[in-house]
Amino acid sequence: MSLAKRDWQSITLSAVLLAVAACLPLTGDAYMLSIGITIAMYAVLATSWALFSGPTHFISLATAAFFGLGTYTTAIGIENGLNYWVTLPIAAILGAVLAALVGLATLRLSGVYFVIFTLGLAELVRQVVTWGQNVSGQKGLYVLTDITEVHIYLQLLVLGGIVYLTGWAIGRSRLGFALRIIGDDEEVARHSGINTSRAKILLFMVSGATAAVVGSMLAPRYIYIEPALAFTPMLSFLVVIMALLGGTGRLWGPLVGVIPFTLLWEAISASFPNQTTLLLGLSFLVIVYLLPRGFVGLIESGKRKMREREAFA
Amino acid sequence: MDILITGLLLGGTYALIAMGLNLQYGVARIMNLANGEFLVAGGFAAFWFYTAGQVSPLLTIFIVAPLAFGLNWLIYVVMLRPLVKRAKSHGQLEVDAILTTFGLAFVSVGIMLALFGGDYFSYSYLARPITLIGDTYALNRVTAAVAAVIICGGLWLWLNHTRAGMSIRAIAVDPKSARLVGIDVPKLSALAFALGGAVTAMGGALISTFLTLDASTGVMFTLKALVIVIMGGVGDVRGTIVAALLLGILETFVATLIDPGLTLAAAYLLFVLILLFRPQGLFGRRTT
Repeated sequence: MSLAKRDWQSITLSAVLLAVAACLPLTGDAYMLSIGITIAMYAVLATSWALFSGPTHFISLATAAFFGLGTYTTAIGIENGLNYWVTLPIAAILGAVLAALVGLATLRLSGVYFVIFTLGLAELVRQVVTWGQNVSGQKGLYVLTDITEVHIYLQLLVLGGIVYLTGWAIGRSRLGFALRIIGDDEEVARHSGINTSRAKILLFMVSGATAAVVGSMLAPRYIYIEPALAFTPMLSFLVVIMALLGGTGRLWGPLVGVIPFTLLWEAISASFPNQTTLLLGLSFLVIVYLLPRGFVGLIESGKRKMREREAFA
Repeated sequence: MDILITGLLLGGTYALIAMGLNLQYGVARIMNLANGEFLVAGGFAAFWFYTAGQVSPLLTIFIVAPLAFGLNWLIYVVMLRPLVKRAKSHGQLEVDAILTTFGLAFVSVGIMLALFGGDYFSYSYLARPITLIGDTYALNRVTAAVAAVIICGGLWLWLNHTRAGMSIRAIAVDPKSARLVGIDVPKLSALAFALGGAVTAMGGALISTFLTLDASTGVMFTLKALVIVIMGGVGDVRGTIVAALLLGILETFVATLIDPGLTLAAAYLLFVLILLFRPQGLFGRRTT
């Protein structure tokens, strides 16, 4: 694989930005760190969401299901004496398996079935876990580790770096090319010999495994977990909104949506906790009617206009 | 036997809700994820009229239906038609429609939370026992099921024996060809969407007589209605009714014998089986 000068530039830039982000704990401000974790968490989730949903236009609402799966894997693993670091790969594998199962059932069919299926998936897993706890007579789980907020933050940054590299590698690979064709016209893709279901399922597995690992990493932050907390459906919707708000056309797009929306969301939840649902709904409408291609689309059409103006001048 | 009849009674009401969604998806081609919120709004209206003025929910239906009809018609014309026009492909319309109706769903949940708060609400209407074939059932469940059957029957008659109904069925089969034989597709799509919303809201008023609702339960009903529509086949009235009854029975079965918290799992079980073995619906024919 040979790299052009541009690629080296963007890799260096990303590495520098990541290094700057890693300095946040040095400020010693607990509130900043807490916001930093939330932003890093949503950035990883939204970017991995966009890896799959960006090119294919299949809207996945299952993030919360994978996230909760990861949280529970770590919690149960630690309770049974496993090392925290061992539970991360286990969560990744379980997330990939769940994604594969969902993909096998729905991704062979039209997009609507996929949306509907993922919409209820978190709730389904939550019902099953709650039922399992009722049967075994256990209510919630304690996650007691010596992992601090700083550790969680740094872990999320590393995971974010991995997701960016993966996304970049996929974009250059045959798989990424196949996905872009599928997104343009699935019929054409099938006729040119692409195994469309296989490509979609593979990428959905990447996205699901990442979300599960994020769930694992955040388990120590919650300390006490119960189904309603781990599988909150709000998480799935927030991830979709942030990714679409930023724009899924570019790898860095979701990040542009995550930072402002997380800050807005924190501010609204703090001062008007009852209006968060309304905000969520309005954001969906704003995206559809005003920002169909997200901030990325806005930036790019702005750039094009500038270039045209220069050409005329 | 007990489970079977309770399930059938529940399924009758489900059929009504799913019919509403099927009209919207089958004819207007909009996957309306805000469907459940109209159901809850219908339920809220029934609750409000009953507690404030002792108006029977069976009468409230006649107030709820035209209101829901008008509101859904407005939503279609103002918000959804521009999307239909701007969509370059069917897939793009689908994504836009899903996001928009999702947004609408959250906005209506937000408004209902602001108006009524997040509490569960229920009222006691016809909560008397009635004996059918040796077993006792709650009269409100039986009444709701009977009312649902009457509304479904009326809808079926209208779809099969009037000119407008026939046009609507024609659009469900093939919107492009429907235009060629002189059917006003945009106008009838709006009509079907509005009618679907009205039917669902009526279902909500009926279901509120025996189920406890709160502002955010809408999405559960949307999911169940979607599963029923997919199972029954898009645009297929007979399939919808059979699927709704099946889901009603299975849900009651799971709730009684295993755990009442697993009703969604029951719906998903049916959903997965359908997706794996009959993605074209129970009575659908495989399209090429």
